[in-house]
Amino acid sequence: MSKHTLSVLVENKPGVLTRIAGLFSRRGFNIDSLAVGPTEHPDVSRMTVVVDVEELPLEQVTKQLNKLVEVLKVVELAGTASVQREILLVKVSADLQTRSHIIETAHLFRAKIVDVAAEAVTIEATGNSDKLEALLRILEPFGIKELVQSGMVAIGRGARSITDRSLRSA
Amino acid sequence: MDVGGPAAQMNGASAPKVTGAQSLVMALEAIGVDTVFGIPGGAILPAYDPLMDSTKVRHILVRHEQGAGHAAEGYASASGRVGVCMATSGPGATNLVTPIADAYMDSVPIVAITGQVPSRSIGTDAFQEADIRGITMPITKHNYLITDAGAIPRAIAEAFHIASTGRPGPVLVDISKDALTAETTFVWPPKFDLPGYRPVARPHGKQIREAARLIRGAHRPVLYVGGGVIRSGASDVLREFLELTQIPVVTTLMARGAVQDSHPLNLGMPGMHGTVAAVTALQKSDLLITLGARFDDRVTGQLSTFAPDAKVIHADIDPAEISKNRVADVPIVGDCKDVITDLITAVRGEQEAGHRGDYEQWRAQVAQWKATFPLGYSAQDDESLSPQYVIERLGAISGPESVFVAGVGQHQMWAAQFVQYERPNSWITSGGLGTMGFSVPAAMGAKVAQPERTVWSIDGDGCFQMTNQELATCVINKIPIKVAIINNSSLGMVRQWQTLFYNERYSNTDLHTSHEQVRVPDFVKLAEAYGCVGLRCESPADVDTTIKAAMEINDLPVVVDFVVHRDAMVWPMVPSGVSNDLIQTARGMTPAWDRED
Repeated sequence: MSKHTLSVLVENKPGVLTRIAGLFSRRGFNIDSLAVGPTEHPDVSRMTVVVDVEELPLEQVTKQLNKLVEVLKVVELAGTASVQREILLVKVSADLQTRSHIIETAHLFRAKIVDVAAEAVTIEATGNSDKLEALLRILEPFGIKELVQSGMVAIGRGARSITDRSLRSA
Repeated sequence: MDVGGPAAQMNGASAPKVTGAQSLVMALEAIGVDTVFGIPGGAILPAYDPLMDSTKVRHILVRHEQGAGHAAEGYASASGRVGVCMATSGPGATNLVTPIADAYMDSVPIVAITGQVPSRSIGTDAFQEADIRGITMPITKHNYLITDAGAIPRAIAEAFHIASTGRPGPVLVDISKDALTAETTFVWPPKFDLPGYRPVARPHGKQIREAARLIRGAHRPVLYVGGGVIRSGASDVLREFLELTQIPVVTTLMARGAVQDSHPLNLGMPGMHGTVAAVTALQKSDLLITLGARFDDRVTGQLSTFAPDAKVIHADIDPAEISKNRVADVPIVGDCKDVITDLITAVRGEQEAGHRGDYEQWRAQVAQWKATFPLGYSAQDDESLSPQYVIERLGAISGPESVFVAGVGQHQMWAAQFVQYERPNSWITSGGLGTMGFSVPAAMGAKVAQPERTVWSIDGDGCFQMTNQELATCVINKIPIKVAIINNSSLGMVRQWQTLFYNERYSNTDLHTSHEQVRVPDFVKLAEAYGCVGLRCESPADVDTTIKAAMEINDLPVVVDFVVHRDAMVWPMVPSGVSNDLIQTARGMTPAWDRED
């Protein structure tokens, strides 16, 4: 299995997320992560879907997505030609002795301390999955009390925009 | 986008004030809908009031919403026009789920209109509330939930456009009761823009040339023709292509009639119950020219051993079908009619340049298979009736201008095998979903679409008992269909599998509808109770006279109870999940290929 990142431009209408999630489950495609949000066009939302499939089923995923009436465009973003980011919020146990170690670790990963309490600190980190995994490995020994992670968002490198050409009405 | 129809142009300024329900009926009229099959109920009630006054739209009150859905399918399949069904919220809508799923699998253009509880009640588990849009998402081409009266005309226009273009399919429009009762203005034609819906129509020239090159170079090509050819109305061009290339052709269950069965190059149906010639030609082929077919498991058998030596040209209007099951060497996305038309030009060009494919030897070989292994059956010794004989005579006496509508099971396979089809849309059945109970309501819909044609429902005793309530609809609305019940007193296909694969242990397949004179129910009495003519035939000697008697009744539905023996089996057969090379012509009998190759 290999991971692929798809950017899916959809009409911003109720039920679109259900359609896409339903399509993935009934066709037996595995979603690794899913992130949805608005774009520069108010009528258009953008989903970033990371799927774990081989080459041939990936073509099926793309074709089946394209058949949905509210899907405007599906683009695969290759790892090297795009910027891919996830956001992580993690609450780590901290006392007087460990807090400075934890803060130092966070800074090494260009992460931020966003909340401090007597027994814990909360760290915000962004990056690709590898970086976030590495951060978590280092934080593990301090005691992870809670963590939450977003789906991946991705954008192609360079001047071109995937929303330029396809959206005649938006 | 213009959706056509005879409606006068109405702009916003002069548009009349109407209710949402009136705008729904006006939109249906403007699109040119002449028939709606349905049942009223609470949430859809507002729509039924203006519908009563419509002189253009005939509403046919069915007895079960499933019947409305299959009738819409039968109407669409016989005529090529979009079929329409209507139901109320909750159970009315969920009863449409089976026909919608059926239409989705077989690419039948229908629009289903359902009432929904008032928008303020949506999500509260209100009386007769069901999330029919959510429920039908995986089985519709697209669907809508409309809660604003002003959005109704546009949704209806879009629904008909989506259902009938590209790969046809079902579209559901769910309308909340308050949207139906609210006041609005009717503007027609509505402006609509579907930026994400652009079905490809024109095939790519480069792919066509590549296909023509493969066709020229092939030695054992086969035209593998599917239901897409029927839906696209491509039979005429296909026949021209067939004459030009002289390549043997197989027609799948959904494509029976796409090429006339009397054509010497037509090898019949491929697949699990296909002819030896059709199955074997595909297996031995070196080039499949696939037109509007989808490599369904019932055609390919074990996929990894299907047509192992063949390159594949795959033309389909739905890009997602191409390389879904079998990788295509030459993919062509396009409407079958356009694809075949372009292929004719390309192949003719090749031929005129002196590049003519040589399939002489191959044709001789398939002709020999066809002659050596014709479809057949053995009559019973005890004078009991063979189901195949009934169906064969039905086809012969009623003739190719009739429409034959089958349910699902043994009778369906025999109807696909033993009726000779000479024109497209003369054969209607539930293929992909395999919906028992399809036949009677679908035949009703076909007869409404084409009242001048004789429409035969060829049904099983099991199938018939699932939807025969629509006989009431047929009697009251003067829709004189003819029903041939191939009554073997069993769920016959299941019984066949029990015979072959479960040591003849007949678990729950005896229906008690004729065996040993037990008739529960008595189909003749049932027909008469509905006001139909009921006939019964139990011996081969009476088959022709019974069919002729049924043919002479044209003012009432006729139900003929053909009591057939229950041990007849559908042959040939490729057992489930094995290679098509293991086709059996009868129990335990596999053709000996070694003699020839």
